[in-house]
Amino acid sequence: MRARDLLLFVLGALEGHRLRTALSVAGVAIGIAAVVCLTALGEGARRYVTQEFALLGSNLLIVMPGRVETSGAAPWGGVTHDLTLADYVAVSRLRGVRKTAPLCVATETVKAGERSRPVPVLGTTAEFLEVRRLVVAAGEYLPPGDPTQGGTEMVLGPKVARELFPGASPLGQVVRAGAWRFRVTGVLAPRGRSLGFDLDDVVFIPVQTAMRMFNRRSLFRILVEAQEYGAMAVTRREVLALLAQRHRAEDVTVITQDALMTAFSSILRALTLALVGIASVSLAVAGVGIMNVMLVSVSERRSEIGLLKALGARNRQVLGAFLAEAVVLAAAGGVAGILLGFAAVRLFVNIYPTFPAVPPLWAVVLALTMSVGVGALFGVWPAQRATRLDPVAALSRR
Amino acid sequence: MIQLEGVWRTYRVGDSVVHALRHVSLAIRRGEHVAVIGPSGSGKSTLLHVLGCLDRPTAGRYTFAGREVGTLSDEERSALRQKSIGFVFQFFHLLPRLTAVGNVELPMLFAGVPAQERRQRALAALAAVGLAPRAGHRPDQLSGGECQRVAIARAAVMSPELLLADEPTGNLDRAAAAEVMELLEAMHARGLTLVVVTHDPAIAKRARRVIQMCDGEILEDSGALADEGGRRGAERPEGAPSAPSQSGVGE
Repeated sequence: MRARDLLLFVLGALEGHRLRTALSVAGVAIGIAAVVCLTALGEGARRYVTQEFALLGSNLLIVMPGRVETSGAAPWGGVTHDLTLADYVAVSRLRGVRKTAPLCVATETVKAGERSRPVPVLGTTAEFLEVRRLVVAAGEYLPPGDPTQGGTEMVLGPKVARELFPGASPLGQVVRAGAWRFRVTGVLAPRGRSLGFDLDDVVFIPVQTAMRMFNRRSLFRILVEAQEYGAMAVTRREVLALLAQRHRAEDVTVITQDALMTAFSSILRALTLALVGIASVSLAVAGVGIMNVMLVSVSERRSEIGLLKALGARNRQVLGAFLAEAVVLAAAGGVAGILLGFAAVRLFVNIYPTFPAVPPLWAVVLALTMSVGVGALFGVWPAQRATRLDPVAALSRR
Repeated sequence: MIQLEGVWRTYRVGDSVVHALRHVSLAIRRGEHVAVIGPSGSGKSTLLHVLGCLDRPTAGRYTFAGREVGTLSDEERSALRQKSIGFVFQFFHLLPRLTAVGNVELPMLFAGVPAQERRQRALAALAAVGLAPRAGHRPDQLSGGECQRVAIARAAVMSPELLLADEPTGNLDRAAAAEVMELLEAMHARGLTLVVVTHDPAIAKRARRVIQMCDGEILEDSGALADEGGRRGAERPEGAPSAPSQSGVGE
């Protein structure tokens, strides 16, 4: 029997009981759609995080005071030295470093006339703009120059600018923060949330002023952009060596952007796989549904099976026909499920445009393979029952 | 062509044992037209199923065209049915989802005949039973007589040597039954061996040889007693005893 003839015969048989066919296709479709949707969400979360890190700059090193990877009995922070502005200046002179920016953070209430708002205040230098890939919408960012010199310039995030100066240009206006007075020199373009931190709702002031204002002696972080991506490890060692030499102890932690990203990415991939596992349960249920439908089909079509045998159909042809029927059912469900899944994902993306939910190709391939596999697996037993049917008994019934 | 020697067919139903065929010996030559009659439960349908290789004897030998069917595998018996045996059933057994021509194509489908040739041969077979204009109709759009004619076309389309008809007119009115019988007889006239199971004496009378069955045994065999008895004995190489079973009236 030719493959094409077999397929046409099977399609004819499926068309014979449309409702049952449609329902079992729907069962598989729901399972497959679940796989597609959940992998799209998991993969979307992974991409979202990856994108965030990419915006940070992929050759970014982050220096923080204290050793995080403390092991053994010594409690951490025993001999932690401050991460000072002098350290920052030293790091910025290293050969493998392209740009570097210090960071000193505290929350402070800022006031403009009658309006006031508690916001995170970021003390930094002009380089921060490039290191974090920020864009100025109006005016200018913090002035370049000696970081140890304070200043009274202030740059507003777009949200702060809107809140403090509704409908007016904040440029040149005076803003008070605690006991200090600043002059607004610039407003940033909207950037949105980044790693859970809303960069639209912050203000920037010169780092030295921030440290004085908050009475800090240590920086919160030093952001270092390496000269090239390939030399990240070298640059990291240089920074560590320099600070160890300056502090006479290895008391800082340098994390790379990459390590963080890889960790997040693998966690989220594991999450995605867990979601696939959950979705597979519904596929197994759909498989049992197919088995049920095929068993009904076999007992309902006893006389047809008997007839086919009387006409000289071989047992393996009968087996093939019923197996093919189950596989076609499941595969149709797979295709319908993929379409359904993509439609659902598209709907989701329309509602949450910032979330990059896209079903990954491997999930689509997996879903199709799984649906065909489910059909074959759950179709074997009913098909075997069909072949074992005694043609005489099958034909004697009407 | 067909030779049964001491054939038994026994079923186990619960605790009791049912003998559907008891020591049946029978020879049918190529080109014969045989009617098998008897009350229901007399074993005539079982005999037909054994002849058609759908069922295997519990004991005894069945030889079809020189091959002993009992020794053939499932696969080989399927092939034998496909090539050499055509079936016509009381309830037609047409697939309701297929058109008349689709039903006639069915045996060729499983034999792997290419689509175009299949269609041509099916249409020719339908034309031979006078149903060419009905080729595109489904069984529910055809009358009973037409359905049976489609079934006959299906049985004939593989050009078998043996045609087995189980109550072919059982579900038809007189006129349709006559048409169907004429068709079957016309095929017989072209050299086909025809075995018809019926309980209609009028149908049985049309056959040259009538075998009457009762309780799984052959009560009477008109052909065996008359002109063909001697020749049949000569055909049988082993000379197995056939006379006792055929004369075992009322045993």
